[in-house]
Amino acid sequence: MTMPVTQCLIRLHEEHHQLEDYQGGVPRWCSGCGDNAILTAVQRLCRDEGLAPERTVFVSGIGCSSRFPHYMKTYGFHGIHGRAFPIAQGVKMARPDLAVFVNTGDGDCCSIGAAHWIHAIRYNMNLTAILHDNQVYGLTKKQASPTSPIGTKSNTTPRGSYLQALNPLTVTLGVTNVSFVAQAVDWIPELLYDIVRKAYLHRGFSFVRILQRCPEWLPKQFEPWLHDPGKTLLLTHRDGLAVPPALARTYRNQVEHDPTDLDRAREIASSTDPIPVGILYHNPAVPCYEDVHGVGEVRTAEQVRRGLEAEFDKVTVWPQGGDGARAAA
Amino acid sequence: MNDTATLPRRAAAGEATLLDEHIVEVISDSGEGAQRCGQSLGAIAARTGNGIWTTEIIPAEIQPPARSVAGASGIRIRIGAKRVTNGGDETDLVVAFNEQVLLGRVRAGELKPGAQILLESMWREHRDPAVVRSYTETVERLRASGFRVHEVPLEKECRALVADPRKGKNMFVLGVLCCVYSFDAGLGREQVALTFGKKEGKVVAVNQGLFDAGYAWAAQHLDFRYRIPAVRATVPQIVVNGNTALALGVLASGMDICAMYPITPATSASHFLSDVFEKVGGIVHQAEDEIAACAFAIGASYAGKCAVTITSGPGYSLKQEGIGLAVMAEIPLVVVNVQRGGPSTGQPTKVEQGDLLTAIYGSHGDAPKVVMATADIEDCFYAMITARRIAEAFNTVVVVLSDASLATAQQPFPRPVFDAQWLAPPVDQTPVPADRKPYDWDEVTGIAQRFLPGQPGGMHTVTGLAHDRASKVAYDPEINEEGLRHRSLKVAALQKTLKTPPVFGDPDGDLLVVGWGSTKGVIEEAVGRLRDEGLKVSSLHLTFLQPMASGIGDILRRFRSVLAVEGNWSDRLDDELIDADNRRYSALAMMLRSRYLVDVDCWTQSRGQPIKPSSVVAALRGRLAALSVPA
Repeated sequence: MTMPVTQCLIRLHEEHHQLEDYQGGVPRWCSGCGDNAILTAVQRLCRDEGLAPERTVFVSGIGCSSRFPHYMKTYGFHGIHGRAFPIAQGVKMARPDLAVFVNTGDGDCCSIGAAHWIHAIRYNMNLTAILHDNQVYGLTKKQASPTSPIGTKSNTTPRGSYLQALNPLTVTLGVTNVSFVAQAVDWIPELLYDIVRKAYLHRGFSFVRILQRCPEWLPKQFEPWLHDPGKTLLLTHRDGLAVPPALARTYRNQVEHDPTDLDRAREIASSTDPIPVGILYHNPAVPCYEDVHGVGEVRTAEQVRRGLEAEFDKVTVWPQGGDGARAAA
Repeated sequence: MNDTATLPRRAAAGEATLLDEHIVEVISDSGEGAQRCGQSLGAIAARTGNGIWTTEIIPAEIQPPARSVAGASGIRIRIGAKRVTNGGDETDLVVAFNEQVLLGRVRAGELKPGAQILLESMWREHRDPAVVRSYTETVERLRASGFRVHEVPLEKECRALVADPRKGKNMFVLGVLCCVYSFDAGLGREQVALTFGKKEGKVVAVNQGLFDAGYAWAAQHLDFRYRIPAVRATVPQIVVNGNTALALGVLASGMDICAMYPITPATSASHFLSDVFEKVGGIVHQAEDEIAACAFAIGASYAGKCAVTITSGPGYSLKQEGIGLAVMAEIPLVVVNVQRGGPSTGQPTKVEQGDLLTAIYGSHGDAPKVVMATADIEDCFYAMITARRIAEAFNTVVVVLSDASLATAQQPFPRPVFDAQWLAPPVDQTPVPADRKPYDWDEVTGIAQRFLPGQPGGMHTVTGLAHDRASKVAYDPEINEEGLRHRSLKVAALQKTLKTPPVFGDPDGDLLVVGWGSTKGVIEEAVGRLRDEGLKVSSLHLTFLQPMASGIGDILRRFRSVLAVEGNWSDRLDDELIDADNRRYSALAMMLRSRYLVDVDCWTQSRGQPIKPSSVVAALRGRLAALSVPA
C-alpha cells in the first residue's frame, strides 16, 4: 500500500526527534564521570537513528552505570545486580519490535553477572550492550573490581589488588557465537559515538566496552593515556571506524584491522597498553536466538484452542462405547 | 486359599470378589515397561468408569543396576468404585519382574499383609546359582510371612509370541491384570491399540497377541478374580500427571513464554511445553541458571506478556531476589514451585510441603505476593489460568505450589472446555494520557495500571529502588511507606474477592483438620472414614495461602480442636528438649496461629512419601483421644 506524499511528510515530522526527546532525569553522576559522555553519545545515537522513545528500552543492573535508564526519556528497566542481560533477553524475546539496550558496569557484568554475560554472547540476541568499565566499584565506594589492574588500592585491597585484571574483550571474543565486539574510551567522544552507532546497527549481540573515568575513586587511572595519544591504538578499516581528519592528526597510532579476523581481534584485544579503540570483531552472519527459537506470530484464541484440543485428544479417555475410535484416530 | 501357582485351578465364572477398591503395583527394573503397563491398566479402569490414581515409582538413579533393591521402577494404581483422590494405603496386589525390586517394596512396608504377589518365575531356572538361591529363598520367606506368591512364567509364555520377551511381557501382564480385575478384554485390546497407536499395525497386533495370551493365561491358571463396581463415565476425561496438567494450563492461560532451568521434579512440565508450545507461538527458554530464568520471565512480563518460570525448591531460593524485584516494580509473574524434599539438595525425587513459608515470606523486605497451592491434577491445570489472571489483574507475583507427588501422579478429570477468556488480552499499545503516572495507585485497592513499552507517552524507568508514582527513585519517608502500603493493599484487594473455602463434613464438631496442597484427598479420605464411624471430625482445605479468604477464623473457632496436617517438618513434643516455648510448628499451623489466635496444633510427616490416609486416621484418633472423645 502506498502512502500519499503529504501523509508521509506528516509522519516524518512526527517521527523526527530532538535530543531533548531522549533526555530524562538530570544525571546524578559525579562531575567528570565518564558516564556522562556515554549518555550524550547514546542520546545522539537515538536522535540520529530516529529511535521512537516509546519503542526503545534501556535495561540495566545495579551500580553507577546502571542509573543510565533513569536519564533517558525512553522506557527503562533498572533491574537487579548482575541480571540486566536476562531481563533484556526476556524483553526482546517477548517484543522483538523494541530496540533494547543494556547498560552494565564492570562489577555488574564481569563479576556478579558473569554467567549471564557469557551466555548473552552465546544467545546472540539483537541487543546493544554497553559495558561502562571504570575498573572500580563506585556506588559501594571504592572496592576493587574484576577489571581493576593488579595493585589497585581500594577499600577491600588497601595494599593493592592481588590478581591480574580480567580482560572483558578477550573473554567476549572467546565465547561461541560472538558477533560484535568493540572498545571505546569516554575521552574521545567522536569515536565513542561512532562505535556505539555501529554497535546499534549490528543485528545481534553487540558488546561495547567503554573505558570510563571515575574521578571520585580512581582519578588518575587513565592519565597516562589522556596525556599521550600514542598510547591509544585506533583500529581503522573501511568497514570499521571513520576517523575524522582532526582526530587522525592527534591519534597517529593507527592500525588497519579487518573486523572479520577473529584471531587478530583476539591479539589486539589482549593489549592493555596501548589501548585499542575501534571495532575488534564483527560477524553479521551469526544467527540471533530470537530468530532460531523465537515466539512465533501473534497467537489467536483459535490457534491456542486448536493446539490445546490437539493435546487433549492425545490424553483423552472417551467413555466406554463412546468415541474410542475417534481417540484412536 | 491356595497360595501357589503350582496347582492351578480354573476359577469358576461369577466367582469374582466384589471390592470397593484395590491397589495394584507393577514393578520392574528400569526400561521393562512396567509404567506403560500400569498406565494402560489405569486408562482401561478409567474408561470402565472406575476412579483411579496412579503414582510412579521412580528410582533415584537413571540406570540403576538390574535386579537391585533400590532400582525398583514401576507404577502403582489405585482403582476404586468411586472417584479416587489419592494414592491410598498399602498395596493389595503386586506384579514383580524380579524378586529384588519386590524386596525393596516389601522392606519399605508398601505391601499389605497377605498381599497377592505375581512374580516372574524365570529366575528359578537361572544359570547363576546365586540368582536361583536368592529367588527361591525370597519366595519361601515371603510365603512364610503370609504373602500369597504366585509364580508366573512371564518371559517363557511371551517367548512363543515375540523374539524379545523382555520388551513384550508388560502387555502380557496387562492381559493378566485385566482378567484378574474382570475388565472387558475387548476394551483392553482397544487400549493396547491406543497405547501403540503411533506405531505400525504389526506392532499393535503383536502387543494385542501378548495381551490375549496374558488374559488367557490368567483365566487358566489363577484362582482369584476381583471386580470393582464402576459407574460408566459419561463425559470424556483426560488422564495426565500433575506436571503435564500444569503445562497444559500454561498453554490454556495464554502465557507464551516459559523460562526455566532443569530441576527435578519440575522439569517434565517444561519438557511437555517444549514439545507443544511452539506449535501455538510460545517458547520454552532454557536459561543458563535459575536466576536468569526468573529474570528472563520478568523481562518478558515487563514487555507486556506475562511469563512463567517453573522450578523446585533450590531453584526457588535462587529466584527470590528476582521475585522481590517483580513485587517492587509491580510486574506480573507466575512462579511454579513443584516442591521436593529440602533443605538444600534434600530429596529431589521425593515429596515434601516444605516451601510454604519461603513462598509467602521469602525475598528480603516486605514483598507481598500471592501464594496458591494445587490440590489435585485438575487443579494443576486450572491454577495456571487463575494465576496468570491474578498476576495481571494485580500486577504482582503469583506463586503456585505443587509437589513431587502431584508431578507424576495421574488422576482423570473432565476434559476442559476451552474458554477464550482464559487468554491474556493483547498487549496494550494505546497512547497514555498526559496526566497519567506509571504508578497511579488506587487509594483503595493499591492497583495501578501499567504502561507497557510501545505505549506513546508512557515512557518511564521501572526500578527495584523505592520510587514514587512517577517511578522516580525516592528516599522520602512518606513515599517509601506509600509504596509499601499500596503493594500490600493489593493483597487485601484480592482477598476481598476470595470465597470462604467449604468445610468437608459438619461446620462444627470436635476436631477440624486443616490442610493445603496435595494432601487434600488423603485428609478428606481419613476424615470420611472417621465420620463414617460417627466421629465429629471435619476438614478444611486451603487453595489460597496468601492471602487467606475471609471466614476461616470463624470456621476454626467452631471446633474444639484444630489440627494442621502437612507433609513437612514440625517438632515432636515427645523429644526431650521440645516444649511449648521452643516447639517449631508446621508452616500452616504457624500461619493459622498467628492470624487467627487459635491454638492450632500440627501433625506432620516428611518421609518423602505421600502421606497415607491410614496414617492420618491414626493421628486423628490420637487427637480425639486427647480430647477425651472415645475414638
